[in-house]
Amino acid sequence: MPIDPSQVKVLRADEIIRAREDTRAWWKRLYLPAIAMGLGVTIRNMVRNLLNPGGLPTIRYPEERRDYGHRFRGRHYLKKRPSGEPRCVACMMCATACPADCIYIVAGEHPDPAIEKYPVRFDIDGLRCIMCGYCVDACPEDAIAMTKEYEWASYEREDFIWDKEYLLSWRDEKVVDDGYQPYEGEIDKSRMSRGTL
Amino acid sequence: MTDWTGIGISLLKAFLVFFGVVNVVPILVWAERRGSAFIQHRLGPNRVNIAGITLFGLVQPLADVVKFIWKEDYVPSHANRAFYVLAPVMLLIPAAMTFAVIPFADDLVIAGRTIKMQVADLNVGILYVFALTSLAVYGIVLAGWSSNNKYSLLGAIRSSAQMISYELALGLSVVGILMIYASVQLDDIVRGQGELLFGILPKWGVVTQPVAFFLFLAAIFAESNRLPFDLPEAENELVVGYHTEYSAMKFAIFFMAEYMAMVTGAMLIVTLFFGGWQIPWVESAELKATVGEIPAFLLQLGAFSAKVLFFLWLFIWVRWTLPRFRYDQLMRLGWKAILPLALANLFVTGIVLYFT
Repeated sequence: MPIDPSQVKVLRADEIIRAREDTRAWWKRLYLPAIAMGLGVTIRNMVRNLLNPGGLPTIRYPEERRDYGHRFRGRHYLKKRPSGEPRCVACMMCATACPADCIYIVAGEHPDPAIEKYPVRFDIDGLRCIMCGYCVDACPEDAIAMTKEYEWASYEREDFIWDKEYLLSWRDEKVVDDGYQPYEGEIDKSRMSRGTL
Repeated sequence: MTDWTGIGISLLKAFLVFFGVVNVVPILVWAERRGSAFIQHRLGPNRVNIAGITLFGLVQPLADVVKFIWKEDYVPSHANRAFYVLAPVMLLIPAAMTFAVIPFADDLVIAGRTIKMQVADLNVGILYVFALTSLAVYGIVLAGWSSNNKYSLLGAIRSSAQMISYELALGLSVVGILMIYASVQLDDIVRGQGELLFGILPKWGVVTQPVAFFLFLAAIFAESNRLPFDLPEAENELVVGYHTEYSAMKFAIFFMAEYMAMVTGAMLIVTLFFGGWQIPWVESAELKATVGEIPAFLLQLGAFSAKVLFFLWLFIWVRWTLPRFRYDQLMRLGWKAILPLALANLFVTGIVLYFT
């Protein structure tokens, strides 16, 4: 739309506020009132925190812990059959789904023809794992799930390779809540086609 | 005849004052860390303990000292070794010598002997202080240059420019005080501040020279390289400036020198502007007559310490409140604001003194 020249307002020189011009009052330009106000803010916060240190957001870690949600994806564990064997059938679904390629499975033939296969080896490399939980989602047997365990620091790299026996039994020694678990509800198949389960 | 008792007392005073100031440093570090933590809604160091005793984190400095002593004392291969080793010493010695002229209580009369509560009552007084604080810049420049590191060198250059700019303002802002109390001896200045102005206000430097106080405060912050004037360190631009390459005890010495400069600065502010050991509205002679010699001494020492501690806290408090200046802002403030104001203040003081 063309601009009507009669509507254009021409600014006089004294009406133009230049960006670099300091229009504050002289006593504000001394910065002293602002500094005093800033000092007031810091001392107020400090006195409040000194009087009530319990109100600080800090979690005093070894004694206090954050309560993580029930979907927390901590260290994995393998579920067992009533007989004590792993529920895993060595189908390689988890190893295939794993984006970090951290699951190593060697399959063996199971004497029970209804089970067919079982894992001879089932190793997870804790240093490669990105804790995405895709293995839990991929598992057709609900054999792998996650916990709220996140304290596994060690000085040895070997300690981060969790083998089958360890994944089956580590929760016997340490009491940890369940974390991310396989989905148990009805699957809405109308959403599956969109790939957004 | 040699006055052995006098020499003994002088040595004892020197030792006690040095010991006192050196021991303020770890407490300051603690106050800085805990204070900043509480200002920023954190807890700060509170874990280190001896048999479960943490003393609100005061054991932390002990652990720091052990760490400083046992860390590898590394000298980079590209550094100029002699100057590299010399630099921290060059910085520490002036910092440790400055408070020799600061009086911390009224003269003590014991068994007919008058003991000056000051390590050395030099007749050049404040000039000695300025002479020594200017020497500190050599330590910094030497450290920056001998490290052979661009960040160290930039920090050192900034530091020398900053020190030269603010030393002028520092000196000029004090001249008004010297004119009013008609002495450069710090003891005389403190005694002059014991009187009352108009019968109600203590004749402290901050009352007689309020403008000079603010200028001096800004300049002393700049001289001790503390925020908002910590451009020589400026960790987001220069790593940590002139002491980037230093580790272990050499770094600890830089650290100590910085904090000792803070102590000196706080002591100077108190001595020049807040009546030193004077307790407001209480005459020193009267106090001694009422409560006795030793309690009066302790009270004055307490008053001096309380004032100094307040200003040390101000150093820390300001550090966690104000952001750092940009370099051109720093220079503009020094040369175009503080210096003319100091000169104007001097002029007005001169006129007022001439007509009264």
